Amino acid sequence: MVNEVIFNRYLLVEFTLEIISIMEKLLLLGAEAIAQGAIDSGISGIYAYPGTPSTEITEYVQKSTFANERMIHSRWSVNEKTAMEAALGMSYAGKRAMVCMKHVGLNVAADPFINSAITGINGGLIIAVADDPSMHSSQNEQDSRYYGNFALIPILEPSNQQEAYDMTRAGFLLSERYKIPVLIRITTRLAHSRYGVQRKEVLEENKLRLPEDPKQFILLPAIARIRYRSLLDKQTGFSEDSELSGFNRYIDGNDKTIGIIACGISFNYLLENYPNHICEHPIVKIGQYPLPKKIINKLYTTCGELLVLEEGYPFVEESLRGFFDHGKKIHGRLDGTLPRDGELNPTLVAQALGLQIKKGLPVPGIVVNRPPELCNGCSHRDIYEALNEAMISFGEKRVFSDIGCYTLGALPPFNSINSCVDMGASVTMAKGAADAGLVPSVAVIGDSTFTHSGITGLLDAVNEKSNITVIISDNSAIAMTGGQDSSATGKLEQICLGVGVEPEHVRILLPLPKNHDEMVRVLKEELAYSGVSVIISQRECIQTLPKKKKNIKA
Amino acid sequence: MKNDIILAGVGGQGILSIAAIIGYASIEQNLFVKQAEVHGMSQRGGEVQSHLRISSGEIASDLIPLGEADLILSLEPMESLRYLPYLSIDGWIITNTTPFINIPNYPGMGELLSQLRSYKNVVVLNTDEIARRIGSPKSSNVVLLGAASKYLKIPYENLENGIRTLFYRKGDNVINKNLEALKAGMEFVSA
Repeated sequence: MVNEVIFNRYLLVEFTLEIISIMEKLLLLGAEAIAQGAIDSGISGIYAYPGTPSTEITEYVQKSTFANERMIHSRWSVNEKTAMEAALGMSYAGKRAMVCMKHVGLNVAADPFINSAITGINGGLIIAVADDPSMHSSQNEQDSRYYGNFALIPILEPSNQQEAYDMTRAGFLLSERYKIPVLIRITTRLAHSRYGVQRKEVLEENKLRLPEDPKQFILLPAIARIRYRSLLDKQTGFSEDSELSGFNRYIDGNDKTIGIIACGISFNYLLENYPNHICEHPIVKIGQYPLPKKIINKLYTTCGELLVLEEGYPFVEESLRGFFDHGKKIHGRLDGTLPRDGELNPTLVAQALGLQIKKGLPVPGIVVNRPPELCNGCSHRDIYEALNEAMISFGEKRVFSDIGCYTLGALPPFNSINSCVDMGASVTMAKGAADAGLVPSVAVIGDSTFTHSGITGLLDAVNEKSNITVIISDNSAIAMTGGQDSSATGKLEQICLGVGVEPEHVRILLPLPKNHDEMVRVLKEELAYSGVSVIISQRECIQTLPKKKKNIKA
Repeated sequence: MKNDIILAGVGGQGILSIAAIIGYASIEQNLFVKQAEVHGMSQRGGEVQSHLRISSGEIASDLIPLGEADLILSLEPMESLRYLPYLSIDGWIITNTTPFINIPNYPGMGELLSQLRSYKNVVVLNTDEIARRIGSPKSSNVVLLGAASKYLKIPYENLENGIRTLFYRKGDNVINKNLEALKAGMEFVSA
C-alpha cells in the first residue's frame, strides 16, 4: 500500500508534465516549482541531504527526464555540509548549482554557508531552505531568514508556487550579478501544496570557467578582510534591489487605521479572508529581503497601526519595533495578536484582524490520537525488544538516540531511548555521559545518521577508549523521508574497523524475532565490556525492500 | 464556484490518488486546483489529510479555513470526525466504515457509527466490501470517490476521465476496474 502512495505521487508529476503541458501549466508542489525553476535556469548540479519538507526538490530533479539528459548532478550527499561545499565547488568552476535542506540542515551547513557569502561565488548559487513551523516533522521551528540576515545576503521568500518558480530564476540572476549566494526560504505548507505554475524559457548551462581572482576563495585573514569589506559594500545594492523588486509590493487600501505587512505565504492567508481577495487595508507584501525601507515607511506614515504577518519567528516584527518600541503600535506575534509559536493559517489571521470567523463543529471525544509507529516487520522493533531486555539489569535513562524512524523507539510500547537532539548526537552524548561516569552508556543510531555525522564522534570515542556501546540500527535506507539511498550501505563494518574499533567488539546482528535471545546475549556481552563496542544490527527497511525487488525484476 | 474538500485517512490508504483524480477532472473543466498534502510521518501509521481546493478563480490559502469545507471524504471512520472544525454548516461527511485499528484505545464501532449518524449530512458505506464485491479490493478509495461524486461540483464524466488519466500506464484492465469501482460507489448512494 505504501509503495502505491510513493508511486502514485510520482505518477502524478509525470502525468502532469505530459497532460498538463498541453495546457502550458504544470501542477507542482512548491518544492517542485523550485526544482523546475532551477532546471530551467540552467543548473549543472543540485546537492542535498533528505529532510522534510525539502526532500521533494531534489527528488524532482532526479526524476526529471530533461535534467537527466543534461546530466545535472543530483545524487544525495552524505550531509548538508558536504552538499553545500560541493555546490560551492561547482560554483567555483563557473557553473550554476543549488543546495537544498530543511531548516535544521542549515545548522549543519552553516560553516560553508556563512563563508560562501564572504568568498562570494563564481557560477550562480542558491541555497533553498524549507522551514517547518509547527514542527510537523522536526526538532524545532527555527526561522532561516536569520541565517540570510546573518550571512548578509539577499533572501527570497515566495508566497505561492508560481513565485517559487520565478524567484528561483530571479535568484540565479541576483547571485551572478552580485557574485554572492542567495537564500530561498519556503515553509511546509507551500513546499507540500500543489498549484499551477507557468514555465518560462529554459536557459543554457554555464561553461566551465575559473574565478578571475585567484585569491577570491582563500580566507586567510588578510584576504578575508578584503572579501568581507566587499560583502559589506554590496549591502546598499541589495537594499536598492529590494526597493525595486517586483516581489515586494505596496497594495493600497482605503482603510488606513491599520497597515499590514505580509511576508511569504502569510499573504495568502490574509487574502483568503476577503471576498475577491481585496483587502480594505493597505498591504506591503514582502518577498525579498533586505526589507524595502521606502514602502514600509510609506505604510508606517500613512497608517494608524501596523500588523506584521510572518511565518516562523517575529523576525520582521522585532526589527520594526526596535529595542525601544516607541512610535506607532506594531502588532504581531510579540504582543499576542498572533500566537508566538506555531504556523499561521487563515483563521488566525482573521482573528488578528478582528474579523468574524467560522468554526465548524467540535471534534467529539471518541476521536483519539494516532501517533506514528514503526511499521510491522521493521528491524528497529527487533533491536529495541532485545535492547530493552538486555538493559533490565543495568538501569534506565542511559540510551542516547538520534534522528530517524528509530526515534519512534521513544514511544510505547518500546520506551527504549532517552534523547534525540541533532544528527549524530547519540554517539557523542553517550561518550560525554561515559566521561561523566555513567555506565553503561548506550547510543542507538541509524545507518544514514551514522554516516551523516556519527563517524566523527566514534573516532573521538575510539581515541579515548570511551566506555560506550554504539548500536547502529542499519536498515540500509534514509527511511523516514521516503526511503532514499543511504551512503555507506555494506561498508559500515569496514568504516568502524577503519576508525579503530577493536575487531572483537564490532558485532553484527540480524534483527529478527527468532534471533531475539542471541541478540540479547551479544548486547549483554558488549554492555559489560569497558571500551568502545559497535553492534551493527542489519536488515533492510521493509518499505524500501519491495521497491528494490521491483526494480531488479523490471 | 468553489469546492473545498478535506480528504482523510491513515497513511497508505490511497487518499492522494483520489485527490489526483479530482484534480485532473477539475483541470479538464478549466478550474483552479490547489492541493495541500501531509508528508513525512504519513507512512508510519499516522493520520493523513489533504486539503483539496477547487475554484473558478485564483485560490489564495493552501489550507482550507475552519468552517469552510464543503466535504470531508474519509477512508477511515474515526478520521472523518477529526476534521469536523473545518466542516461548513451544510457540509457533507462521506466515509468508509471499515476501521483501521492500529491503536489500543480505538473507540467501539457502535459508538463511532452512532456519533457519525448524529450529524446532519452524512453518508456511510463500507467501501472495502463494495470494492471486494466487484473484484477490485485495491479500489476502495475509488468507491469512496464514486459515493462522493454527487456532492462534487464536477461532472461524473470528468471523474471518469481523471481515472483514465491517472491509471493509463497500468492498462485497460486496471482502468476498467476503477471505473467500475467509481460506478459502484455512485450507485450505492443513489440507491
